[in-house]
Amino acid sequence: MPQTLSSVIPGRDRISASKEIVRASGAARQIERRLFLKQSLSLGALTLLTGCDVTDTTSVQRVLNGISDWNDRTQAAIFNPRRLMPTYPESAAVKDFRYNAYFGQSQIPKIDGASYRLNLSGLVDSRKPWTLDELYALPQESQVTRHVCVEGWSMIGKWTGVPFRTFLQRIGADTTAKYVGFECADGYYSSIDMASALHPQTFLTFKISDEILAPRYGYPLKLRIPTKLGFKNPKWITAMYVTNRFPGGFWEDRGYNWFGGV
Amino acid sequence: MTDITAGHLNRISNVIVHPLTVRVTHWLNALAMIIMIMSGWRIYNSDPILPFSFPVWLTLGGSYEGSVDIHNEDGLAGALQWHFAGMWLLAINGAIYLAYGLLSGHFRHAFFPVGPAAVLRDTLAALQFRLPHRLGAYNAVQKTLYLGVLTAGVVMVLSGLAIWKPGQFQELTWLFGGFDVARVIHFLGMAAIVAFLIVHVALVVIVPKTLPPMITGRAPAHEAHGEH
Repeated sequence: MPQTLSSVIPGRDRISASKEIVRASGAARQIERRLFLKQSLSLGALTLLTGCDVTDTTSVQRVLNGISDWNDRTQAAIFNPRRLMPTYPESAAVKDFRYNAYFGQSQIPKIDGASYRLNLSGLVDSRKPWTLDELYALPQESQVTRHVCVEGWSMIGKWTGVPFRTFLQRIGADTTAKYVGFECADGYYSSIDMASALHPQTFLTFKISDEILAPRYGYPLKLRIPTKLGFKNPKWITAMYVTNRFPGGFWEDRGYNWFGGV
Repeated sequence: MTDITAGHLNRISNVIVHPLTVRVTHWLNALAMIIMIMSGWRIYNSDPILPFSFPVWLTLGGSYEGSVDIHNEDGLAGALQWHFAGMWLLAINGAIYLAYGLLSGHFRHAFFPVGPAAVLRDTLAALQFRLPHRLGAYNAVQKTLYLGVLTAGVVMVLSGLAIWKPGQFQELTWLFGGFDVARVIHFLGMAAIVAFLIVHVALVVIVPKTLPPMITGRAPAHEAHGEH
């Protein structure tokens, strides 16, 4: 996830507004998306350079969105479901992993593990919510992989959890469906394609650096998917669903490429 | 009547110095470079690898203020959209140009031979402002610069792929020395191309007669050195 509320951004006081937008209904999201389209249309310095005024700027944004959709399909085509992302020795894993969210550390969700439930919906056989103890009882594996942020930085970490494929089988997910969507305690939401969801290195994780996820790293549940950019690795997951309807995502609805593969 | 005759004579005495394919791909590449460099600068700003950022007004990616106001996001989304749209223009147009240059003999005629002695001689002449410019024929300094910027372009596409797909294209990323090194190379390639552009545009300003042939393809016969 990009660190957009770092000190370089003169918009920290807009955190609460941003969070409200996230919690708003789907209809409001549509309106918000339209606002984005309108707002991102100024061609700025390109217009200055070429000396011509691009008046029909919505069509420019439409072309850019269309190419981003095309890039989703391109990435799905080059995605090899069996190709493993590079792994590293444990010594390469960073102990003090970078905190990153669209809000400051003071707003990190505080989740009570005892009352926590992972809620399920959509195309799954069993919608019974999962407690943390039930999740911890699942077979666990570890990975030392590189987290690549859309901003350009990257960091190697060690995560431990249940392979997502195993979890999808346990809940009787329809793995012929197109998408798996996630909702998080902080209002964040994202979604991935089923092929990436079934990739052997896609994990539902409970631990980072051999320790239960600290609140800032997504306690109690974070998706670790090294085949995708950081913003496709949601933290503080409280609900997930399997669907054939395109679910979008927090940053994806703000213009980030949806597939977000690496 | 006299004018028409004169014009006619003028036309037949003009020769093609820049083939159509070269002109079209040149200007499409110019557009692609503007898009890639300016959107790339905004992407760089989201995580600078050196202790400076590019001025926002020089970057491409939609309204910065609008993005911050509405999304609490410093215009990265728009810059990424431009960058990953521009890459198709750059790569497809570049591939057409390279195929044409290699197959037609354009590269062989225009850029070779070029040797160290000639480069030294022409560099010294250029520094003394004594290097003559013949349209359609490149001196050794030009040959070196054009070959250099072509190489930089190829390195940019490859290092760009290496940092876009360090997973799916992990062998390529490895060849570049890993993700972080590939990022630095992608930055240095940009710097080399920008340095070339400054010289390239400055020379056009100093020798303006070089500009019309890049549009029309033609130059007066007495000034030109036909390409083939």
